[in-house]
Amino acid sequence: MASNISSGSVPHLPGMEVTELSKNTYEVYIGPAHPGSGHMRIIVEVDGDVMVRVDPDIGFVHRTMEKLAEGRDWIKNIPLFERMAILDACNITLPYVEAVERLLGTEPPDRARYLRTLLCEINRIASHLYGMGIFGVFLGHSTLYMWAFGDREVFIDLAEQMTGARLTHSYPVFGGVRRDIPDDFPENARKATKYMRNRLNEYAKIFLNNPNIRSRLENVGIMSKNLATELGIVGPNLRASGVRYDVRLNEPYEAYGDVEFEIPVFEEGDSLARAWARVEEIRQSLNIIEQAVDWLEKHPRENFMHEKFWKTAPKLYKDVFSGQIDYAGKYRVKLMPLFASLKVPPGKAFARVEAGRGEMVYYVESDGEDVPYRVRVVSPSFRNVIAFKYLMPGHRLMDLPAIYGSFDYFPPEWDR
Amino acid sequence: MVGGEKKLISIQDSLKNVLKDNIISIEQAKGYIDVLVPTDKLVDSAKKLKEFGFDHVKSVTAVDYIAKKQFKITYHISSYLNEELSKYIIGLSTIINRDDPHLPSLSKIWVSAEFQEREVYEFFGIIFDDHPDLRLLLLTPVVAALKPLRKDFVVKEESDNIEVDYAAYNATKWW
Repeated sequence: MASNISSGSVPHLPGMEVTELSKNTYEVYIGPAHPGSGHMRIIVEVDGDVMVRVDPDIGFVHRTMEKLAEGRDWIKNIPLFERMAILDACNITLPYVEAVERLLGTEPPDRARYLRTLLCEINRIASHLYGMGIFGVFLGHSTLYMWAFGDREVFIDLAEQMTGARLTHSYPVFGGVRRDIPDDFPENARKATKYMRNRLNEYAKIFLNNPNIRSRLENVGIMSKNLATELGIVGPNLRASGVRYDVRLNEPYEAYGDVEFEIPVFEEGDSLARAWARVEEIRQSLNIIEQAVDWLEKHPRENFMHEKFWKTAPKLYKDVFSGQIDYAGKYRVKLMPLFASLKVPPGKAFARVEAGRGEMVYYVESDGEDVPYRVRVVSPSFRNVIAFKYLMPGHRLMDLPAIYGSFDYFPPEWDR
Repeated sequence: MVGGEKKLISIQDSLKNVLKDNIISIEQAKGYIDVLVPTDKLVDSAKKLKEFGFDHVKSVTAVDYIAKKQFKITYHISSYLNEELSKYIIGLSTIINRDDPHLPSLSKIWVSAEFQEREVYEFFGIIFDDHPDLRLLLLTPVVAALKPLRKDFVVKEESDNIEVDYAAYNATKWW
């Protein structure tokens, strides 16, 4: 301690000056060169190895999407916003689509609602597996990383069969979805859910119940119910602190009002609970996927686009849909021409969905032009980043990766 | 949806009861209820709404109405712990002058607004008085000096060089 030095515990040698330090702490800069996944920096002030001040310095992959959106056609913003979190593309763009639909006054048909729900859950699983894999790397558990990324491929393949793209699907569009599922999709989806259920038990064995991992995570980074509420934390991190809040439950959107699922809530609020919350959510997502494909099988060849847009569809689009031309990849089916010249009535709309990492919020304002007047995007990771500042002080530096990873942070998403 | 509409009317009534004459106007927008209050009653309204049960901020949104020379700041708030209130989103809004953009910070009432107010500060140049830690969050001082989300900032092509304002660089608080 600085005060001890000046009080004479160190002998004063001739020519040696002892000055009292105002602070006996170091500043440690973690990042911005990829501390785990994505670019961010955490400035940590440490006293010994205990963190006393943590300052998240973010914005290294900022793209000003809110500004770019003001110069693009309504439909062209969907592929733009997707770039925030390509592994969670449907969830990330869905509230934008919903907000614009509220302004347009169009409701998607039932089949589109189920198709969106289906892709949202596929995305959620892929996103959780990605987060868990990175978490594994943080704790030096590279087996989980390999497993999670390998299993994530199953769900990326499902999304590809459904949408034609592995990651940036641009699947939900105003009034419906871009295309229907192929006929063999329900069977493949059931195989995938069966496989994943078995794998989750193995995840618990190798990772969550592993004594080494538990000793790193248990009782580390405890966030109480009140603190989580106060900081406005979202997603599985919030539910791991005992708050029963999920947009799918509190304001059901798409088909979530019609399917049965549970919201896993944990009381502990530590890093281990946050990891468990993700595993349990994957289990619930598998149930939703099964219910959605059951419904889709029972209602084949229904319309998946609002009539207003569908009637402007080119003949080829309708032929492919009605099964007259098979999906052979021979034809390039363009979107309806109405989207290109779309003007949205003036108004303000707000929409929220539960994305993989938590609540995703859009505020859209239109002044009747072919581009938005203002789009405000608040992504789940942006709302979680404040936790680093208030939760980490008091913990040891070695707990930083455990807390940091348990929040499933994703810099491209919070930077926008 | 008859039941839903009735509920909305009752939440509007209870908002009127809570905020009383602070309200300039209350309007049902699409997906949220927009409550406009004067800037000097913003803190008072926020305190009352927090007591009522709205415990966190979802989004702090600024919109630049350049033609009217105004900024509209909206705090979209809701509740986690009160299940009934969690179904609603309230937009607590205030309008400020564009030439001298100042408004009181609500970060001490809702901690969850802290980082979002910092973001609005750097993108619009709007000053939040009494903010505990008003620094740049996402941008560098050079870009923040341009106030990129204001409507008079026009996005240049990527090949164009952005003029570097070194005076702004030196004047802005940095790490």
